[in-house]
Amino acid sequence: MHAIRTEGLTKHYSVGFWRSRPYVALDNLNLEVAAGEVFGFLGPNGAGKTTTLKLLMQLIFPTAGRAFILDRPVGDVAMRRHIGYLPENPTFYDNVSAEELLGYFAALFGYRGEERRRRVSTLLDEVGLGAERRLQLRKYSKGMIQRVGLAQALINDPDVVFLDEPMSGLDPIGRRDVRDIILRLRDRGATVFFSSHILGDAETLCNRVGIVAGGKLAASGSLAEMVPFRIRGWDLVLAGVTADAAAALAARGAAATAIGDSRYHVVLPSTASSEEAIALAKSVGAELVAINPVRDTLEDFFMAHVQQGPRRSFD
Amino acid sequence: MRTIGLVALHVFRDSVRDKVLYSIVAFAVILMAVSYLIGQLTAGEDLKIIKDLGLAAMSLMGLFIAVFIGIGLIAREIDRRSIYAVLAKPVRRHELLLGKYIGLVGTLFVNLAVMALAYYLVLAYIGSTLSEAALKAASAPPTDPRLLLAVMMIGLELALVTALALFWSTFSSSALLSAGLTFGLYVAGQFGADLKNFEQVVKSPAAGLIGRALYYLLPNFAAFDIKTEVVHALPIQPGYLSLTAGYALIYIALLLTASVMIFARRDFK
Repeated sequence: MHAIRTEGLTKHYSVGFWRSRPYVALDNLNLEVAAGEVFGFLGPNGAGKTTTLKLLMQLIFPTAGRAFILDRPVGDVAMRRHIGYLPENPTFYDNVSAEELLGYFAALFGYRGEERRRRVSTLLDEVGLGAERRLQLRKYSKGMIQRVGLAQALINDPDVVFLDEPMSGLDPIGRRDVRDIILRLRDRGATVFFSSHILGDAETLCNRVGIVAGGKLAASGSLAEMVPFRIRGWDLVLAGVTADAAAALAARGAAATAIGDSRYHVVLPSTASSEEAIALAKSVGAELVAINPVRDTLEDFFMAHVQQGPRRSFD
Repeated sequence: MRTIGLVALHVFRDSVRDKVLYSIVAFAVILMAVSYLIGQLTAGEDLKIIKDLGLAAMSLMGLFIAVFIGIGLIAREIDRRSIYAVLAKPVRRHELLLGKYIGLVGTLFVNLAVMALAYYLVLAYIGSTLSEAALKAASAPPTDPRLLLAVMMIGLELALVTALALFWSTFSSSALLSAGLTFGLYVAGQFGADLKNFEQVVKSPAAGLIGRALYYLLPNFAAFDIKTEVVHALPIQPGYLSLTAGYALIYIALLLTASVMIFARRDFK
């Protein structure tokens, strides 16, 4: 069973007031996400990520194509009992508290009485809003609203969770909390589909990613297949580097840049081994502060595909 | 039905706490109290003026509530995107729309009841200050139960205004435009009788026809105004109230049906 499947999903909008012309927000998206996967849907702003999520939630209707969640058409209201959705930059109702809002949403899923109270309370504690549960939402900060948004997406213990830019507006602690929640969801077998333009999130969380640009799927596949993570060189930080030592480094083909207090940032090519890098530092009489391999990152892959754009699938 | 009830309850809870609402109700109560002072300036007619001003204040303030909070129900919710999370739940679009309508009409009726209570308290106080002779000379007692008929008609009128506000906001993405259209139609609907007789005062048959078409098309808000009859203790035609109530309910049902149909296919960009 596929958690999510789209077939030629396309969305055109009319733009312009007097002479309207079509704008292709999403073009022929074919996507399959297996149950239990954490799938990162990546792309720059305006690429079509939110359009895809809105089509999956049936907030907008496709110009062409079809979409299925848990093998049921996205228009099936009963299917929504099994999904959760966090919209991008969510807003809720100003005059109710987080506890009341979650109670309302839980009731829509059929939770009643003590079970509803327990569910709301557990989730508010889980997203770190236990102390502010009775505060009206208009008094919440952006980060707190994001946490409320996350809690409401999980209120029904969903099998498939859709998160649109879940890290948006969060401080580093909040981002770590969201990462932990996504990992917990994965551990209990839920499927997580999240959109992001922050690639580090995808690298730490995803089994597979899809890269969308200009309304088209530019690439999709597992991270290991897409990014070989081969070593492209070495980054060294050296301390106590004299002018003579700097000249000696340059003579040996190392690109050295002063970063102050006789510290230098040195880049070595991939042909050197880690032992050679350490030996080089010793040979010029410098203290080795740090040594890191330079690898291919998802960002390199992303930049290449978003800029060049030909469609490519690794599936 | 349970979903509609849950949405209605949530709307009631959210809107009844809206600070704008308190301001409007407080303003209405102040207006009623001030009407007492205005009544003092006029000889003999003070009780009628107070009754008339009080009902007018209720009607006007109710209109503000219906338009501003009614528009906010859908238009602001789309504008602020709070509708996204709700529609991703097992909620059909028509359930959300109808729940919102019922919730707001409930809020309106509660506020109307508060204003009516304040109105009767003001009237009871004024009645206690009047002399025996003045009370006997009055065409109706200060706390005349017939005034409630006018309040009920205001309630029906506001339920229709709310349905109209909801209708505009189902396809307009601007809250301001929806408010403007609702106010515009409310004002146009006050001239129902003039539109009916338009063909008698214009020479062009086409203009007369347009006037008559508009008379049948636009909601006839003037029909709900029975202030003069109840304040001056004039008789109301038998069956008029039930006929007007029937008219309101049919118009509301048509507006809600159209709203549901438009809302069902709307893209939330």
